[in-house]
Order: sequence, then structure tokens, then C-alpha cells
Amino acid sequence: MKLRKLSMAALALGLLAAPEAFAQGEQFVPVTIYRTGAYANTGAPLMVGYMDYMAMLNERDGGVGGVKLTWEECETGYQNDRMVECYERLKGKGPTGAAVFNPLGTGLTYAILEKAAADKIPIVSLGYGRTDSTDGRVFPYSFPLITNYWSQSTAKIKFIAVKEGGMDKLKGKKIANVHHDSAYGKETIPVLDEQAKKYGFEVKHYPVAHPGLDQKATWLQIRQARPDWVILRGWGVMSQVSIKEAAAIGFARDKMVGVYWSGSEQDTVPAGDAAKGYISAAMHGSGTAFPVVQDVIRHVYDKGKGNGDKKEIGTVMWNRGIIHGLVNIEAIIVAQAKFGKKPLKGEEVQFGLENLNFTAERVKALGAENLLPPFKTSCRDHEGQAPVKFQQWDGQKWVMISDWVTTDQSIVRPMIEVSAASYAKEKNITPRSC
Amino acid sequence: MLYREAGQFKTSYPADQAIFPIPQDRWSLAIVLVAAFAVVPMVANNYWLVSILIPFLVFSLAALGLNILTGYAGQVSLGTGGFMAVGAFAAYNLAVRLPQLNYIVDFALAGLIAAAVGVLFGLPSLRIKGFYLAVATLAAQFFIEWLFTRVPWFTNYSSSGVITAPKMQMFGFDLSDPVSRYLITLCIVTVLTLAAKNMVRSAVGRSWMAIRDMDIAAEIIGIRPLHTKLLAFAVSSFYCGVAGALWVFFYIGAVEPQAFDINRSFQVLFMVIIGGLGSVLGSFLGAGFIVFLPIALNNAAALFGGALQADTLSHLELIIFGGLIIFFLIVEPLGLARLWQIGKEKLRLWPFPH
Repeated sequence: MKLRKLSMAALALGLLAAPEAFAQGEQFVPVTIYRTGAYANTGAPLMVGYMDYMAMLNERDGGVGGVKLTWEECETGYQNDRMVECYERLKGKGPTGAAVFNPLGTGLTYAILEKAAADKIPIVSLGYGRTDSTDGRVFPYSFPLITNYWSQSTAKIKFIAVKEGGMDKLKGKKIANVHHDSAYGKETIPVLDEQAKKYGFEVKHYPVAHPGLDQKATWLQIRQARPDWVILRGWGVMSQVSIKEAAAIGFARDKMVGVYWSGSEQDTVPAGDAAKGYISAAMHGSGTAFPVVQDVIRHVYDKGKGNGDKKEIGTVMWNRGIIHGLVNIEAIIVAQAKFGKKPLKGEEVQFGLENLNFTAERVKALGAENLLPPFKTSCRDHEGQAPVKFQQWDGQKWVMISDWVTTDQSIVRPMIEVSAASYAKEKNITPRSC
Repeated sequence: MLYREAGQFKTSYPADQAIFPIPQDRWSLAIVLVAAFAVVPMVANNYWLVSILIPFLVFSLAALGLNILTGYAGQVSLGTGGFMAVGAFAAYNLAVRLPQLNYIVDFALAGLIAAAVGVLFGLPSLRIKGFYLAVATLAAQFFIEWLFTRVPWFTNYSSSGVITAPKMQMFGFDLSDPVSRYLITLCIVTVLTLAAKNMVRSAVGRSWMAIRDMDIAAEIIGIRPLHTKLLAFAVSSFYCGVAGALWVFFYIGAVEPQAFDINRSFQVLFMVIIGGLGSVLGSFLGAGFIVFLPIALNNAAALFGGALQADTLSHLELIIFGGLIIFFLIVEPLGLARLWQIGKEKLRLWPFPH
């Protein structure tokens, strides 16, 4: 009996944990993170970068427009059910509730997409998430910002065409799409099929089951199929295994193009020499030669207030966290200009996200020149159609090998509108007119 | 003293064979039900309803399903996640393709479809026993997950393979707010639990237990293994299927087939083992343990926010959770239900033990 009481007491203690007091003039930003599980090595540094950026703003500028930023971590473990729990736990915190959620996972985004729309809290899925939610008329609270999966895929095909010597040279080429067998991995299948039809190349899809440690069979098939290019849509430990397997069958690494999420140090360093020459799409630059990164080092890490390990600064994933900070906080700045310098509600931040305008001057003022591509959002377009760069691993670091490659909206936008319209019909949503 | 049966005389067979023969049990159950149906919806906030109580009920139902198969009929199964997936995808397809059906009918049909699949994958149990059967049911787990991932018809041609639950409406009422979702889940779980409780104390349940304890002996006294084992698979899969449907419609709202992967099967199996094999109450206790504890630890960790590194805290949660499982299994290998039983026996003598 003693045991029962003890465990009950422990339970009660945990569940009734007193909510921390938030001061009136604070903006609460929820941070959902996964420091445990199969994807922790790529997921955690990103959210650490995000928190570091907010910490830097608090130190340097005293917050945003005089409003201090506060945040609380919640561990999702990259599991949808834990994401729902975290969402419910964090959505009401702070004086005005959660400003904006960054689920950091396509499956996780799907899990809270409709809940957040009902609660009027925006979701930013920066470079991931549900692609057709780019249509802001049907999905007012979802923002797959910068470049969604389909746009990125068109840029990738363009890049391959440049390497081959022109769009017309794609005809008859064979492309293998090695993808993580999940909502994330499958998201580009329709757009690749569409592009294959348009440009006359052949695309074959090779699913790799979670977590992707065993890919021998997949790569044997690829060796038999002899594709000209391999598109790698890996996540977490899967990407490095793919690179190693490609080396094992002797497939040229400089004919492999990874997605944003397969292009970090976590994917190449463990693969060792096998990764040399491997190419991936890049949302942004890596390294520390950006004023905003220097500010984070000076105001946060030099004061011993960093949220993570100092050696992660400047890696692709950590820098992507800075990008998350720049974009999310910019939305708060835009919204503050309209609603006043006070803690904002989710639906006010939604206005900010819909009216982002990262001009070259604005990017420079933020100290993120060459880190963040210029882009602009609207009520119709929740993405921004930012261009994509490509980077190559030289064995030590990522080196940019292309200029900004624009996406092909003539393919993507009609597909998004068709898909969003069928969603609207299924759910009885009347699209906003704009 | 609290649980003393002395002086309670049964004067008829029905009274002696009642589902809860002791008034103390009847009263405490009545109090729990009143609390669950009337008090909880009034006092619980959305966070409790949506992210703790609904998953607790859904998992209790799945654990109950597995407990019928593994705890009562003795057939070890690792296919629970697969059967939940069948229920979830069946309910989704019925709701999308036959929108005129009432959701309760959807869930019942989804349960029956899961039961049929369960019977199919239960066939090897007639020849394979014990751990070997567990491996055979893995086939169900992997085949079903593969099927829903590969065949786009099941996800209504969703490009990402994610299904999203339609808006909940029944008899013209909107039932998408947390309280109604909780109440519907609670009703379904209550009815099915009552049915399970009655099944396991009737001839069906006794034949399951006979098969579990020694199948040759059971066959000799006239219990047909084919019928009994397949019935156990059918009933168990029905429960798991309904739990899967509830998971999509009332809890997450959007799932991909990977939500029902092998880890889900293990999770439910752990609930049954920790709660107590062969116990209806144990299914609920086990589900409570596995659902509440990580969240409680996670919340408790927030209290130590400043003192420890955030990543240390996240890992501590897993360490403490694993440690507690081992601790409980050492203290009481027969599960939490057995602990409760021991507690009841102590309460019978309290405050004057021998």
C-alpha cells in the first residue's frame, strides 16, 4: 500500500505541476522539440538554434518591440500522439496563448493541422509539412514557408537539367527517388510523376522503411535499374546509410541530390569518405560568417546562456534554427506594426505570416544576407516561392555550387490548387476569397 | 473492514453469480462511472480531456482486446497495431465512401472487418504455439502496415498517405468539441468493457481459460480449439479495431499507417503485462500506467527546468520510465491488477490484521 501511495503522490505531483507565472508583457512561443528518438540528431540542433535566436533578441534588443520573448520546450519524440499532447499543453500558455507552432515534422504537422486551425493558431512548417496547404484560401493557419516540397522538387529537376545541359536533355533519363516511407517521404511522389510526364524522363520510387538502417535490397534494385540520377529524400539516420550504400554499389555521389532534410553535417560526417561529392538542396547558407550568427555568439554563447552545444553553431541544422527564428519573429514584428507593440494572439501573428516581405534590404538589415533567400507571402500564397541553392560536401564542409535556382510554379501551383480544392470539398470548407 | 464480506448472505443463485457480487465493488464502480460521466466533463479542461483521458480510454480498449487474446485465451500476439490499423482505415473508408452511415455503425462495421482479418491471421494459432505464434502474428503487423502504405485506395489517394478523420456529426449534432468526443469514447469503452467482463465470466471465457491453461486437456473435456481460438482472435481484433477507429476519429484526427507500427503493438503488450494478464481491470491500470507516466514525468521535468540541462531531462524521462517498469515487474510480476487484489485483501482485515 505504501508503494501505491508513493506512486500516486508522484503522479499527482507531476500532473499538477504549477504553471509558471508569465509576466503580462511577454510573448509566449511554444517550442516542440525531439531530443530523444531516431531523429533527435537532426531535430534537436534546429530547435536549439531557434531558441538561441530568441535568446539573442532578448539579450540584444530586450525582445521584440519591447515585448520579451518567453518559451517552453516540450518533448515530442517525433511521435504524433506526443505532438498532440504538447500542442494541447502549450497552446494556452502565456498571457495571449501560443503565438505560432513549429512542429518540425510532416507527420507532426498533419497531426495538429486541423486542431490549430480551429484554435486559430498558425503553424509554420518551414520547408516541410503539407504541401497543398500553401493555398492560404483553404488553409488560413498553415504556412509551409520559404519553399515547400513540390517547389523544391521542381528546383531539383532544374538543377539536374542544368548539369545535363538543358531541360530537353532530360528526355529518356532515369531518375530514382529513394524516399523515407512516411508522410514526409511520399509527399513529392505526385509532383515527380507530373514532371516525368512533362519532361519525358523516367522516375521510379524506392520506399525505405523507418528508420532506414537496412537499405541493402533497395540499393541492389538501384544497381540493376542503373538510374542517371538519384534523388534522396531521407531523414535522420536514413540519409547517411543511403550515402554509404550508394558508395558500396559504386553509384557516383555527385549524381545524388538530397532534399533540404538530407543535407546536413549529421548526414555526411557519419558516412565518412563515402559522402564526398554528395549534393543536396540548400535552403540557406551554412557557417558562421553572417552578422546574425555573430550576434548570437556574442550575446548568448559568450555569456554562457546557449541552449545547446557550442560546436553546433554554424552547422546546417543549427543555422536552419536561426532561419526559423528570423521568419517566425519577423511575423511577430509585422503583426506588431498593425496591432501594436504588445503580446499578440495566434490569429494576429497569422496576419504577420501572411504579410511577410523579405526584400534584399530587409534581409540585410536582419544580418542574414546570403543566409536567407528573399521571399514574400500573401493570403493566396503561404509559401513565398523562395529559390533554392545547391551545395556539395567536399569531405570537410558544405560548399555552395549553384546560385539561387528558381522554382517552377507553372507545375506546382495548379497541383496545389487542385489538391487544396479537393480537401476543401471533403471538409466542407469555403475558401477565403483573395 | 472496508472490504469485509462477512454478513453478506446470498439467498439466490442470481445474486451469487452477479457480475459484482460484493456491494463494495458495486458502489465503487458506480462512483467511478458517475465521476467519469458527470463530474469529469464538468471539471476537466481541454488539455486533460484531449491529451490524457481520451488516449487513456482508447488504449484501455486496445489493451482489453489484447488481454482477451493473450491474457484469457493464452495466444501471444504482436499484431495489435495491425488490427488497430484495420479498424482505423476501415472506419475512415466507410465514413468517406458511405457518408450516410451513422458513425456508431461505422465503428461497429470497422470492428467486424478487423475481427475478420484477426480470424484470418489467427488461423496459424491452431498449429503454432507460444513464442512461435507471436512471430507468426508479426506477419499480420507487417503485412497490414505494408498494405495501407502501398495501396493508395485505402487512404483515398492521399498523396502523403495520411488519412484525416471527417467532421464528427451524429443525428445532426456537431460532436467535435472535446467534451462530446470524450463522452462518446467513454460510452463505447464502457459498453465494450461490460461486454468483455460478461464474456470472460461466461462459458466462452471459461473455454478460453481452459485452452490457455492446457489446450490438450481442454480438447479432451470437449472444448473445440478451432472455435475457441478463432473466437478469441475475432473478439480481440474487434476490440483493437474499434480502438484504432477511436484513435483516428476522436484522438489524433490524422494518421499515417506508421502510427500503427510495431511499436504500437509493443506498447499495448506492455500495458497488458504491466496491468496484469487475464484481468479486465488490469487493462485499464496498464493503459493508465503507460499513458500517464511519460506525460507526468515530462510535466514533472518542467519543475526542474532551471536545474538540469533540457536534453538531460528528456533522456531522464525515458530512464525513469524504464526503471519504473522494471521496478513494478519485480515487486509484482503479475501486474498492477494483482497489486490491487492484494490491496483489497489487506483492506478486508484493516485496521486489525492478524
